[in-house]
Amino acid sequence: MTANSADSARATQRNSYWQASLRLIMLCLVIWFVVSYGFGILLVDQLNAINLGGFKLGFWFAQQGSIYVFVALIFFYAMRMNVIDRQHGVHED
Amino acid sequence: MDLKTLTYLVVGASFALYFGIALYTTARSTGDFYVAGKGVHPVVNGMATAADWMSAASFISMAGLIAFLGYGGSVYLMGWTGGYVLLAMLLAPYLRKYGKFTVPEFIGDRYYSKAARLVAVVCLIFISFTYVAGQMRGVGIVFSRFMEVSVETGLIVGMGIVFVYAVLGGMKGITYTQVAQYVVLISAYTVPAVFIAFNLTGNPVPQVAMGSELTSGGYMLDRLNTLVTDLGFAAYTDGNKTTIDIFCITLVLMAGTAGLPHVIVRFFTVPKVRDARSSTGWALVFIALLYTVAPAVGAMARYNLTTTIQNGDVGVATANLEYEQRPEWFKRWEKTGLLAFQDKNGDGRIQYYNDKNPQFVEKASAWGWKGNELTVNNDIMVLANPEIANLPNWVIALVAAGGIAAALSTAAGLLLVISSSISHDLMKGALTPNITEKQELTAGRLAAAVAILIAGYLGWNPPAFVAQVVAFAFGLAAASLFPAILMGIFSRTVTREGAIAGMLTGLIFTMGYILYFKGIFIAPLAADVPANWMLGISPEGIGSVGMLLNFLVAFAVSKMTAAPPRDVQELIETIRLPAGAGSAHSH
Repeated sequence: MTANSADSARATQRNSYWQASLRLIMLCLVIWFVVSYGFGILLVDQLNAINLGGFKLGFWFAQQGSIYVFVALIFFYAMRMNVIDRQHGVHED
Repeated sequence: MDLKTLTYLVVGASFALYFGIALYTTARSTGDFYVAGKGVHPVVNGMATAADWMSAASFISMAGLIAFLGYGGSVYLMGWTGGYVLLAMLLAPYLRKYGKFTVPEFIGDRYYSKAARLVAVVCLIFISFTYVAGQMRGVGIVFSRFMEVSVETGLIVGMGIVFVYAVLGGMKGITYTQVAQYVVLISAYTVPAVFIAFNLTGNPVPQVAMGSELTSGGYMLDRLNTLVTDLGFAAYTDGNKTTIDIFCITLVLMAGTAGLPHVIVRFFTVPKVRDARSSTGWALVFIALLYTVAPAVGAMARYNLTTTIQNGDVGVATANLEYEQRPEWFKRWEKTGLLAFQDKNGDGRIQYYNDKNPQFVEKASAWGWKGNELTVNNDIMVLANPEIANLPNWVIALVAAGGIAAALSTAAGLLLVISSSISHDLMKGALTPNITEKQELTAGRLAAAVAILIAGYLGWNPPAFVAQVVAFAFGLAAASLFPAILMGIFSRTVTREGAIAGMLTGLIFTMGYILYFKGIFIAPLAADVPANWMLGISPEGIGSVGMLLNFLVAFAVSKMTAAPPRDVQELIETIRLPAGAGSAHSH
């Protein structure tokens, strides 16, 4: 393999790594948006018609649920990113 | 033992602990001073971040705000936690890979411009000082109420403590002290909440108790809704903000959180990119422990306060608390001026209701009520909560120590980013580039010392606008720093001119809108009421529009100017790849 084609192979690999990262970030941010701005704000009145124990569901998402989802989301992202790092050979030692 | 002695003991012991840690962790290099030598374990860093982040506002004010805003208070809960999702995915790992010391340094390198770096320094200093003023005020409140010393004495003690560990220990000292402060503040917050939750509902977990049935029957939130609507207030679970305003404020708080320099810089301290990701998660775990308890504290405090004052059916004369029969905590807090009673109808009883609700006022005047007679400052709800619920004195002492820990840990983190932006960005980066590392370290310590004095002065003469100032700090961070960093990582095409124009547009627009309605330093030019707001967006939420303008202007200007040079393209490539972050240690 010539130096040039090795370079372009590395560029392709970097590019696919970046695309994979962006896809994961988009997925996570969609969930982030839906639980807070969606369930907690825009759809709060509709969801409040549903009860979760003594909570109205929309209110619960705004004051409790969205926070739990945020925490889970960051760990999910961190875990998936480690996998993506390895798949594309860009992980730290 | 009386409350005062006990409080001195508990607070004194916590101070001794912070001092001890500071002595163990003296900074020896600029790397230690700015970023703790980049050797902090991600879980430890997460805990320190949580303490750094949770300020006097989170600890003292937030639950009180929620208690009076109900659903409207959700903006703080979602906003101040959701920002960590943005931080974890969009900023922290890439800035860690970049691997230098400060946020302005990144902006200066990425936008190949000293001017951009200076604009960032100005934003950073403004944001951080407005924030620090609030912390110092928090220290003052806690000292004056619990230690029964003057606010001035309290401030001097607080400044002395921060001085020792921030100036000597730098980031290294601060990190390990913050871990101790986290433990103090989280126990101080949750212990009373557990007691109160158990008393009210028989369930000790506040997050669950909030949605449980009261021991006296009925779900707590349903009872609370009935209680407050009977007094003419909006239902607790509905609140009274418009949807667009809630949306915008939440967005500002999220983007602002992710753009706050003292939070970002915490992720410069971990060894690897991978650690920066997981450390953000840990930070949010520790933050969520307090933030999921806060709404329960708010609801329970509102319930307890309302039923103390209104202990029977609304409209029955004897159902209102007689002023002479008021409980001890009521008397103690009256002395601070944060709780006040004015007997407008001269019946010797306390009427607490919404006198801004015309329909209800009509009903109330038929009962001989002549206006709301009780004013409660938001800030006392958390501090007075254990007293309202009759908890033992050691719990009250612990809450005092927790409030001080929350204020000091945040103040220290802020003072450190102020001092590093002065010694590193302003002096080393622009004015005196030839100073040695040792001189830079000394300059950093001096800058921290001066910053503490200024912060102390701001706490001594608190600008009357501390609450507005919070809107300012987040609005500016969201409209200036956050977009600049985000575009710096995710776009290859944004140029120096674009970034500077964008930051200035966001900054000036947001600042102008807030000044227009809040009138800091000048008289407000228009009344701060929804009818005057642009698109119904309050000054608290306007940073989201400022952020949008920043993005639009930056992209538009970048289209018209020459693309970033080749070495900047390479920098962008490098920060996007995790491999090789370790080598950033020595530069």
